[in-house]
Amino acid sequence: MITFPGTLDDVDAARAVRRAGAEAVPLWHADHDLRGVDAVVVPGGFSYGDYLRAGAIASLAPIMREVVDAAGRGLPVLGICNGFQILCEAHLLPGALVANAGLHFLCRDLVLTVENGRTAWTGDYAAGAELLVPLKSQEGRYVADAATLDELEGEGRVVFRYRDGAPNGSARDIAGITNPAGNVVGLMPHPEHATSTLTGPSDDGLGLFTSVLSATVAAAS
Amino acid sequence: MPKPEILDVQGQAVTRALGRIGVSGVSGVRQGKHFELEVDDTVDDETLHRLAGSLLANPVIEDWTVTRL
Repeated sequence: MITFPGTLDDVDAARAVRRAGAEAVPLWHADHDLRGVDAVVVPGGFSYGDYLRAGAIASLAPIMREVVDAAGRGLPVLGICNGFQILCEAHLLPGALVANAGLHFLCRDLVLTVENGRTAWTGDYAAGAELLVPLKSQEGRYVADAATLDELEGEGRVVFRYRDGAPNGSARDIAGITNPAGNVVGLMPHPEHATSTLTGPSDDGLGLFTSVLSATVAAAS
Repeated sequence: MPKPEILDVQGQAVTRALGRIGVSGVSGVRQGKHFELEVDDTVDDETLHRLAGSLLANPVIEDWTVTRL
């Protein structure tokens, strides 16, 4: 769990990891040390005040250099909300996140469909599964050129889609994508806020965290 | 642009990030805004300066220039 100046959701992400049965390890933006973790979550918030562009400065933080190297070697990496923006700015994922269509900050629970159940973060979901999770973002509109979008669709790299249409105007209703290897996933809505019905709209988001645990344990055995 | 006496924290953050991509010798960055307006011939320079100083910029903290292309 990486914490940058301005990160908000690291505590909930750590809780989600623990609820999935794994150990949550805090990582600091200014360190060059991944502390031997088996997977990295880049949580949401407003890293570095979102100065310049959302995620732009965080993508150059010392810890991100380690994350980019480790992702290239297959380490599972999940970026949520601002974390998704950071992974795009770091070029681990294609495309960019821009201001919502309509310009409003959007904060609501909505339904995602799982389009790809074969990534490191979605193995515990069946393709077509529906997840009720919160969305809360200002710059959540996913954009990429047509060739990139066609490539994502053609290779099955759209991982999550807004079931009832993207309220933020995202291209082709895309809510989350993955890299060609399937170990790096980014999404705009917040599965870490939906891991218990006591504090969230559902526990549908827990599957991302159990998926990566299953994948890691399977790889180790 | 923010006036010289205004602390530009965004510019400072960008300056530090430049160091991280291995660029040295940049001692300061100031970040401002650039607007492109499409106007017809009835809009004179005085009007452009008025809208720049009343809406596009805050004259308390920002300087601005108007350029016709």
